Amino acid sequence: MNLGFPLFPEQASTMASRVDALYFVLIGVSVFFATLICLTIIVFAFRYRRRSELERPPEISGDLRLEILWSVIPLGFTLIVFVWGAKLYFETYSPPRNSLEIHVVAKQWMWKAQHPEGRSEIDELHLPAGRAIKLLLTSQDVIHDFYVPAFRIKTDVLPGRYMTVSFEPSKVGAYRLLCAEYCGTQHSGMLGRIVVLSPAEYQTWLSSGPAESTVAATGARLFQSQGCVACHADKDTERGPALADLYGKQVRLQDGKVIVADENYIRESIVNPQAKIVAGYRPIMPTFKGIVSEEGILQIISYLKSLDRPEGAQVEK
Amino acid sequence: MRARNLSRITCREKWNMSKNHPGLLHHFDDPEQQLDASQSGMWIFLATEVMFFGGMFIGYTVYREGYFEVFAHASNHLNVWLGSINTAVLICSSLSMALAVHSAQSGHRRQLLVFLVLTMLLGTVFLGIKFTEYYHKYEEHLIPGLDFAFKEGNPGHAAIFFSFYFAMTGVHALHMVIGLGLLAYLAVKTTRGRFSPLYYTPVEMVGLYWHFVDIVWIFLFPLLYLVGRHL
Amino acid sequence: MNDAVPERRLHYLNVSYGVKSWLCTTDHKRIAWLYLLSITFFFFIGGMAATLLRLELLTPQGDLVQAETYNKLFTMHGVMMIFFFLIPSIPAVLGNFLIPMMIGARDLAFPRLNLASWYLYIIGGLLAIGAAVAGGVDTGWTFYTPYSSIYSNTHVTLTVCGIFINGFSSILTGLNFIVTIHKMRAPGMTWFRLPLFVWSHYATSIIFILGTPVVAIALALVALERVFRLGIFDPELGGDPVLFQHLFWFYSHPAVYIMILPGMGVISEVIACFSRKRVFGYSFVAFSSLAIAVLGFLVWGHHMFVSGQSIYAGMIFSLLSMMVAIPSAIKVFNWTATLYRGSIALDAPMLYALGFIGLFTIGGLTGIFLATLAIDVQVHDTYFVVAHFHYIMVGGAVMAYLGGIHFWWPKMTGRLYPEGWARLAAVTIFLGFNLTFFPQFVLGYLGMPRRYHAYPPEFQVLNVMSSAGASILAVGYLLPLIYLIWSLRYGAVAGMNPWKATGLEWQTPSPPPTDNFEVTPTVTREAYDYARPEPQSDYVPGEVEHV
Repeated sequence: MNLGFPLFPEQASTMASRVDALYFVLIGVSVFFATLICLTIIVFAFRYRRRSELERPPEISGDLRLEILWSVIPLGFTLIVFVWGAKLYFETYSPPRNSLEIHVVAKQWMWKAQHPEGRSEIDELHLPAGRAIKLLLTSQDVIHDFYVPAFRIKTDVLPGRYMTVSFEPSKVGAYRLLCAEYCGTQHSGMLGRIVVLSPAEYQTWLSSGPAESTVAATGARLFQSQGCVACHADKDTERGPALADLYGKQVRLQDGKVIVADENYIRESIVNPQAKIVAGYRPIMPTFKGIVSEEGILQIISYLKSLDRPEGAQVEK
Repeated sequence: MRARNLSRITCREKWNMSKNHPGLLHHFDDPEQQLDASQSGMWIFLATEVMFFGGMFIGYTVYREGYFEVFAHASNHLNVWLGSINTAVLICSSLSMALAVHSAQSGHRRQLLVFLVLTMLLGTVFLGIKFTEYYHKYEEHLIPGLDFAFKEGNPGHAAIFFSFYFAMTGVHALHMVIGLGLLAYLAVKTTRGRFSPLYYTPVEMVGLYWHFVDIVWIFLFPLLYLVGRHL
Repeated sequence: MNDAVPERRLHYLNVSYGVKSWLCTTDHKRIAWLYLLSITFFFFIGGMAATLLRLELLTPQGDLVQAETYNKLFTMHGVMMIFFFLIPSIPAVLGNFLIPMMIGARDLAFPRLNLASWYLYIIGGLLAIGAAVAGGVDTGWTFYTPYSSIYSNTHVTLTVCGIFINGFSSILTGLNFIVTIHKMRAPGMTWFRLPLFVWSHYATSIIFILGTPVVAIALALVALERVFRLGIFDPELGGDPVLFQHLFWFYSHPAVYIMILPGMGVISEVIACFSRKRVFGYSFVAFSSLAIAVLGFLVWGHHMFVSGQSIYAGMIFSLLSMMVAIPSAIKVFNWTATLYRGSIALDAPMLYALGFIGLFTIGGLTGIFLATLAIDVQVHDTYFVVAHFHYIMVGGAVMAYLGGIHFWWPKMTGRLYPEGWARLAAVTIFLGFNLTFFPQFVLGYLGMPRRYHAYPPEFQVLNVMSSAGASILAVGYLLPLIYLIWSLRYGAVAGMNPWKATGLEWQTPSPPPTDNFEVTPTVTREAYDYARPEPQSDYVPGEVEHV
């Protein structure tokens, strides 16, 4: 049906058609019940319209079987829909191991992205079709929201924390990126363009930009230039623990708690080093807040991830 | 369903009754109903106050769980002696308030006035000590937003502790000030002979309020002052 | 009672004259009028904001107003409509007027507190308007941190103070209702003889007293953070902006039940009267009101599925949100069943009530969409959500409010409104409403986010449809304003019970005397005792002893 304007978003990710299937079922059942109620009302209002002041309706107070029927049936329907929706939702938070990880930093009012190979973009994001993508997002200021309707994905983007969203683009084309959490004056101007290319074209695009170091290499350079290596050497020193094999591992803290070293932990250790001190070490690490940018922190995290020795035990987050 | 053989009284009869029952308002059938309503109303109001403070307690608990070390260090900056004295002062003021209610109940007007004034005095002492503590914090640069400086840990996390400290004790102090106003009102009404064993509902209601404000402090004190302290 | 010559009989409107007799009144019926006039005022302020919004949205570019102005307009629309119109509307106007009468009391338990509630409401409203006049606030009615606590440089604190003070108005009203319903019922008025209007206000009042204080503290913390630069929600200091969302939605979700439950109470009364039948499944409807109030406190996280909340918490909130839909469904089925084999008249109140059932059903069903995790990811913070809540708030609550105003207008004023115009207005509102908001469901799934001043051009046609509908809706709202005022002077004189309704409020003259009842009635019959077989009258009023 070509009306000249769209009524339904494109399906450009592997998740899209699955979400749409659930959507259509919901629409179907809703139309059914809404029509049932509205028609019943119209039919009753007509059929039982008052024809005389003398007519006497029957004394009906209720019917327990009906009450049970129309409690149980809606409950059953909603439970089915709940399970279906929860399963889909859970899947989007379980990124596959070999996802292409891209860093996104949001700020009022633009999107900045960096590919692992080093190429950066502003308000645009080029992606290869058919590959699992994992975005690691943070904000420099207020809460934003990364929303690509064609992929059926959305996540708030928070300051001081990382969010992840994963999906697999399935169709070549250009799709809208919109900010979906009110973030100030130019909120409606914080748009972007997601460009999905075939894998070959994506490689071409990657290499056609200016020569850049990979994110991990940039991170390694920062690790040196900021002096991290002074305390975090190849082996544990009395100043600080070695950081190879850190990512994804369990860490024992000073107060006895054991946590998993994920992106958020590493970021916190850089900007608020006193928050979680590793057991056996003194709280002497200075903060790098304001010294290293959000992009820089992401690069350092990529560097640390690249240090993981293959025989080390990996704990998936 | 309460027994209501008074159901058929007319407005005129009610007016006559109110002359014999001081304080009976015209929309109530009898003094028992009025007292019952007042008590229910005050308890419901205190329930809303629990929810009000509860929001801050929840926020505090979330951060304390996350930043325990810093909170412990920050808490050590609070003067546990002054806090303990204040706790004792408030408990005594609850005692004098209870005695005030008892005096009203038994019709001892002078005693009622004495206990009301004593409660006010103790409340004022509490506030005086509280503001002294606030002043100390000001001198020690521990007021967030005012040259805040904290050495023993992440200053941001410590600022959160002190934000909660000032917000929670500040809102509590505001409730105390309102309480003092209510007590003053009761004192004035007492001198004018408003209360008797037949009618002392406002005294009882303010008593409930005062006890509640006291209980809030009983929770605030250990939560804020005694984090990580060892005796 | 003698209702032939209302002008000479003393009643609550003519017992005293003058501004002071109104501004210092403790009569619940006069206070209801004070509220009626003030909420109408705030409704039109919120409505003017909406008009400008829909005008701007006719074109994809932001060409009518600047972005900053647009942001202030949608904030104003939300704040005015939610806090100063919807939340007070039915409880403070119809609840205040009718609850004492429905239970056979002379007034609420605390009449002076009732007046204080109104003054708190006015002070809060004036502060909010003051903030608007001083330059406005641009955070959205949800005040998410850290934008509201640190980044916005608009009048957040002033607005928040207005909402805070208004919150106490709600709390005191709720307190008043609960104590009144518990302690001041007439003899024979047992809980299960209460009109469902009273049950729904009781449930609403529970939410008033337990939920409002939490949003009060959440907003107070935002204000403290702004004024004193505290760091509770500031991520720079290690604070958590999502904590604000939890505190905010813990109240604001139950708040939406505050806005709909009283409306459901009105519908029960109107459906019963205009079908001449008992409400089908009375106890199920009564308990559903309580269930909605209780379950409503357990679902706040469904506003936060993509906020960074744990996905397991998200699943629990999704499940509970499904469950809270069930009592509402039960009510809809029971109201529809009440029509079965009834004797149905389609006067204006009934048109509003039937429209309510249809529109609330659609709104409620779209709530299931939002409660479904994977779907919410697509439609969260889009026009789908806007459409959903307007179906409930406008298609539901506002229609119920208007239906209630029309139904009890004769009792409140002693006059009948012109039925033809009223039916026309009801139909106009129904049609205008659907044209305004149905396209927004489509817009939402398509991907148009909320709070967008300018939008991508492919969304234009649906936006134009929506704005066209809004213009029709506006006409629909203006009509009652005109003919209701007209009826005060020129409407036909109403008798004691023009609808032949059961209920104690219909057993007093129209308008009622100040003390409602000359003699406290004794109740011997159940609510909604319609469908009596006697030829003279198909109903028996609530009490046997007539005044």
